[in-house]
Order: sequence, then C-alpha cells, then structure tokens
Amino acid sequence: MSKLNLDQKLIDSSRNAAQTIAEDIQNFIDKHTTTTTERTVARLLGIDGVDEIDKPLPNVLIDNIIEGGGLEQGAAYWIGNAMVHTGDSPQVIAEKVARGEIDITRLPAGNIEEIEEKINEIAKETVDKIQANKNKRDELINTLGEGKQPYIYVIVATGNIYEDIVQAQAAARQGADVIAVIRTTGQSLLDYVPYGATTEGFGGTYATQENFKLMRAALDEVGEEVGRYIRLCNYCSGLCMPEIAAMGALERLDMMLNDALYGILFRDINMQRTLVDQYFSRVINGFAGIIINTGEDNYLTTDDAVEAAHTVLASQFINEQFALKAGIPEEQMGLGHAFEMDPSLENGFLYELAQAQMAREIFPNAPLKYMPPTKFMTGNIFKGHIQNALFNLVAVTTGQSIQLLGMLTEAIHTPHLQDRYLSIENAQYIFNNARDLGEEITFKEDGIMQKRAQKVLEDAEKLLNQIADEGLFQTIEQGKFGGVKRQRTGGKGLDGVAQKGQNYFNPFIPLMLGGTR
Amino acid sequence: MENVQKADLTRVKPYGDTLNDGMVQLSFTLPVPFGEEASEAARQLAKKMGFEEPQVVYSKDLGVGYTYFILYGKSVHTVDYTKIEVPKVDIVVMSMEEVEEYIKENIKRDVVIVGACTGTDAHTVGIDAIMNMKGYAGHFGLERYEGIEAYNLGSQVLNEELVAKAIELNADAILVSQVVTQKDVHIPNLSELVELLEAEGIRDEIVLVCGGPRISHELAQELGYDAGFGAGSFAEDVATFVVTEMVKRDLV
Repeated sequence: MSKLNLDQKLIDSSRNAAQTIAEDIQNFIDKHTTTTTERTVARLLGIDGVDEIDKPLPNVLIDNIIEGGGLEQGAAYWIGNAMVHTGDSPQVIAEKVARGEIDITRLPAGNIEEIEEKINEIAKETVDKIQANKNKRDELINTLGEGKQPYIYVIVATGNIYEDIVQAQAAARQGADVIAVIRTTGQSLLDYVPYGATTEGFGGTYATQENFKLMRAALDEVGEEVGRYIRLCNYCSGLCMPEIAAMGALERLDMMLNDALYGILFRDINMQRTLVDQYFSRVINGFAGIIINTGEDNYLTTDDAVEAAHTVLASQFINEQFALKAGIPEEQMGLGHAFEMDPSLENGFLYELAQAQMAREIFPNAPLKYMPPTKFMTGNIFKGHIQNALFNLVAVTTGQSIQLLGMLTEAIHTPHLQDRYLSIENAQYIFNNARDLGEEITFKEDGIMQKRAQKVLEDAEKLLNQIADEGLFQTIEQGKFGGVKRQRTGGKGLDGVAQKGQNYFNPFIPLMLGGTR
Repeated sequence: MENVQKADLTRVKPYGDTLNDGMVQLSFTLPVPFGEEASEAARQLAKKMGFEEPQVVYSKDLGVGYTYFILYGKSVHTVDYTKIEVPKVDIVVMSMEEVEEYIKENIKRDVVIVGACTGTDAHTVGIDAIMNMKGYAGHFGLERYEGIEAYNLGSQVLNEELVAKAIELNADAILVSQVVTQKDVHIPNLSELVELLEAEGIRDEIVLVCGGPRISHELAQELGYDAGFGAGSFAEDVATFVVTEMVKRDLV
C-alpha cells in the first residue's frame, strides 16, 4: 500500500528510460571482452595457483595470450585448442605456459567444434558445482533459518583473515546476519587477485579464494551454533570484478558489492572496461544466487544528500536494468541508498523517511541495502550512536532489507569488537521495539514527506530521460553522478579491453543464462 | 560564585560533578570470559591505570570468550596546565572574502593549489570538504574562491603522479589528505612525497600541507610539511595559511 502517492506514470517512464540506457551500453558490452573477463573464464575452467614469482596462473595464461595477440578470441578458445592439441587439462596447460614449455597461441589450430565440445564439458562441471553451492545455501537456510529483515550487516576489517574470523564469529553470536570482510585498501586497483590465506592488509583483508573458503567455514560453524544462516559478503568491484564473482560463486558467498558506476566514479576505473567486467560478474552472481549490492549510497558522500537524492534513484533504475540484462532476479538486487543528510537540517528525519519509503515502493521486491551515516559522523561517539538510532528507525519503519550498521566510532577507526556489539544492540532494540510501526502509519496527504518523494521521483525521471537521449558515457563525462567527472578513455584499465574476434566464445554465459544470450 | 572553589591550573584533574573529584568514564574489552573474575580483572587494570575506587558499572559477554566493560574511576594524576605548549598553525584565519582580497592585494595573480588523497587511500571526504565548490558544513571549498585555481585529483593518487601534476600546473601549494591511518600507513606515504619534491628540487617553491583526522600540525612539521590540519579544519583555514605563507616566503 502506497504511503507516498507516487505517480505510476513517472515510475514507468523512468524504467523505460533506464532500459534504453542499459540496452545502449549492452550493445557495446556484447562486442567486447576484457583481460579479467578472460581470466575469469580460465578460473572457471579450473585454473588456479601461482607461478614461482607468485603471479596467479590465470594472469600468466592471459598475458601469454595477449603477447600472442589472441585476446580477442578469448581464453576458452585458446585453452580448448591447447586441450585438443595436448590432451592436458586446463590447469596443466597453464602450468606449462608458466614454465615456458608452451606458447598457447602458437599451437596448431584445431577444429572449432571439437574445441567448443572440450570446453563445454568442463564448463558444465563448474556450473554444476556452483549450482550445488546454491542448493546448499537454500538447504541451510531451510534447516537453520535466518534472521528477520532488515538483516543486520556488519563489517570486519582487521587485515588478518584469522583475526577476522574471531571478530566475525563474535558478531554472529551478538546477532549479526551478514558479515562483510572489507578488502584491503587498494585492492580494487590490482589487476590480479592475490593467492592464498593472507594476514597483512590495511583497513581490510585481501579478497582471495582461500580467505573466502576459511571465512565460509567459520560462518557455517557459528551459524550451526546460533541457529541462523550467516551470510558472507565481499567486494566484486575494481579491476577484477568477474574473477572475484567466480571465486565467490565457487566458495558460496551470499552477497557481493557489485557496481560499475561506483568503480568509475570513486575508483577512477575506465568506464568501458568496468561495464564489460560488470556484465560477466553479474551473470555469475545472478546464477550463483548471490545478492548484489549497488553503490548509490556513495554519491551522497561526495554530493549533497538532499540535492542529489534524485541521482541515487536514477542510478537505482539503471542498475536494475543492467541486473536484469545479466539474469539477476529482483530478489537478488540489493539496490543501495543511504542516510546521509546533514543532521542539523530541520525535518531531515522526515526527508530520510520519505526517501527510504520511496525506494521501497518503487522497488518492492528488491532486498534494498541501506547505508548508515558516515559523512556527518564527527568523533562524538555519543551523538553518533543517536544518529545511528534514527537510521535504524527509518529502516525498520520503511522495510529496508539489508542494514549496514553504523558504528559509533565511524570517522575514528575501523570498528573495535565492542563498537560492533553496541551497534548490534542498538539495531536489535529498535527493530524489535518498532517492528510494525510502518504498518500502522500513513503519511499525510500532500504533506512534507509525500511532496518530497514526489519531487525526487520527478527529478529522477527527467534525468533518466535526458541520459537516455545523450547516452550513459556522456552523462558520466558531464559529472551528473556524485558530482564526479570521468572521461570515456580515462581512468585505469582501458588497455585491458578488446573487441571480440570471430572465434570468440564464453561458454559460461549461455550456461548461466540458460541459453538466453 | 565566590563560594565556588577555583581550579588550581598547575594541578588539573578531571571534573565529574565536584572540583578535583577526578572522575573518568572509560570502556574497553578484555580477552577473558564474562563473569565476576572478568569484572575484577577490569577493576584491577583500572587501578594500574591510575584510577582510585574503580567501579565496573556494566559488563557484557561479547562472545568468543571476550568481555566488554564500562567503568568509572577517579584519576589520581594531575597535569600542569600552565606549562602546556602545543605547536599550532599560528595565524588569524581570514574569511573567504578576506582571502580573495588578500590575494588581489598581495599576490596579484591566481594561486594554483593541487590536492589529492594519495597512496592507497580511497577516502576523499577530507580533500573534498576542503577543495570542492560546495565545501563542508556551510564553509565553501577552495574551488569557489576567486583568485584560487583548485585542482582536486581525487583518490589513490600516486605521489609521483601528484608531483608531476604540480610541476605541470606550476602549483603554488600541494594539499595531501590521509584518512586511512591503520598501522600508520600514512607516515611513509607522506614522507615519500617530501623526498620526491626535494629530489625534484621544488620543495622550497611549494607550500606543502597535509590534513586528515589523525594529522596534527606537530606531526606534519616533523614529516617536513609546512602545516598540518586535523579534524574540524575548513577551507578558509587552509587558504589563509597558503596565501600568507606564500607572501611570507616571497613565493608570489
């Protein structure tokens, strides 16, 4: 039931415009591949490990393909060709390339049908494995149960995976439903994924497949103990988006931050590169049953939360369409937004409430990810705790799904053990105490909140139609999101983009989308 | 008010509700299981910290065998307030309009300021608050200042890149923001920039400023910067320092 009296015509028009925008970009995506996309194919075909200088084998292999000028044919083609020629497994082929025993693009060309057949055989095994992980998650949720929404989502960020595990298990015992392991600062700009368990990081812990595995086992263990399935979240962003998605799918992660626009604006990653990367990463996440989290909340840390509210909504519409293109069902679209208005604003709480309710009504089936105040946290931990309380009250009242808890020590340090406990207690108190408040109240007709939400929708609809006319690349170049301008050929990673060639194929896309693309 | 005892500034201690009661509230976690022994451990630790009559007013099992405490205690220590000296950026801060006027009168050309969040730091809130047009909490940023050409290079900028840009733009001042300071990662990064500028032979021609929640003026000077700005600094603090320093060092 609508509290905001939003104009359905404006919502439809916004969605149509967003669809046009996404289709325009999808045309570009479908013609291109990237280095990390091909490394992902290599990983999903079973290639793992590092060479004698700790360079990941997927990088070794793709670099060998690039040296031979073969990136546009894709990793599947070359690996398949090598399999036909040598009879080896992809892993053995990668090891041989690492030792300099074979040059993968110089082997005699085999029959393309035979190549595809070899590759599809292994690809199906991987896809079955990911499907089994998905089934296992469903089974665990059925048998153990899960927390009520809004899910309590907290972060661990010690830099040491073993220390993270202690903190994550403590958080689960205190009531957390989702644990996100923050990545070490700077990982988003690495053009490879580090290997093995890691104990050194700054402001976070390296995302590696082994770290995923260790944390997954720890959360399954504590989940059994507390009688709730504990979800694990990581970051499918930066220069290795699809590789991290593949690792997450193989190790049964449950959520992934996954947003190209975020990388473009806030990490200065090249837009062509990351939009192509995003597509395959979302196909994997969608198939693996992983909830994606989009990064619209960040616009409000660099732009004003009141004035730029419509850019958040516009971006949510665009992210929804990109997600649909990649086969992600609505139930896995954790569209992002945030409680970031200046606390000194008169009636600011009403605007926040209106904004959160608006997102809920426009995306009724999406597990919305709601982000806490950060920009106006001051180091006054006592006031900060109250800001977080208001944030929690808005969330439970408007039915948000994933609540990234604010920490009273935000702006001071990465969370201490007790900070997390205090935040969880705060959220549990308010969620329980005001559980059905939203069901009991209506908003005054033409009051402050209705008018505010209607205005934001109106502005978003205008912006989306403008973007649909001009194109997304151009809009980003003009700085319309987050007040940040990025050039189409600027940023990091453009040299990793290639046009697909004649023999190009990626076996995982049809397998994961069920043959629709 | 005559009846109220005055504080002896040579022997200052915390104030709860009576002068010199020394009352302090503190909270911490101990890696021991919840229970009476845990609370006693917290109490004994507080005594060793210099608190008389420590009281554990709340304790909570954090899981994993750790316990959280909230305590009150009376500090036995005092400090001599009259002897305290803190190095500060010692200038009278001008308003945006006054800075603009100062540039017109004393520098007579545009001042070029390049800023960035360097190293692996991706948190631009600080540099954005100082540089971006909108500024922060009603204080306009440097981009808004007439007579200042401000270039915010954003996050994760390499020191080399920053120096190259400063040379290209013939910058008068460089601002560096460091927000992530876990394990003191900011210290080598800030030092490296100074070394690079010295190697290029341009350190003396540039007003070099750093800022961030964990940055003090004292630390900045130790690292070879002209000034450091901590939490609660605004664009006008930085602008005033830059333009007056330029005049003082005859860099106009």
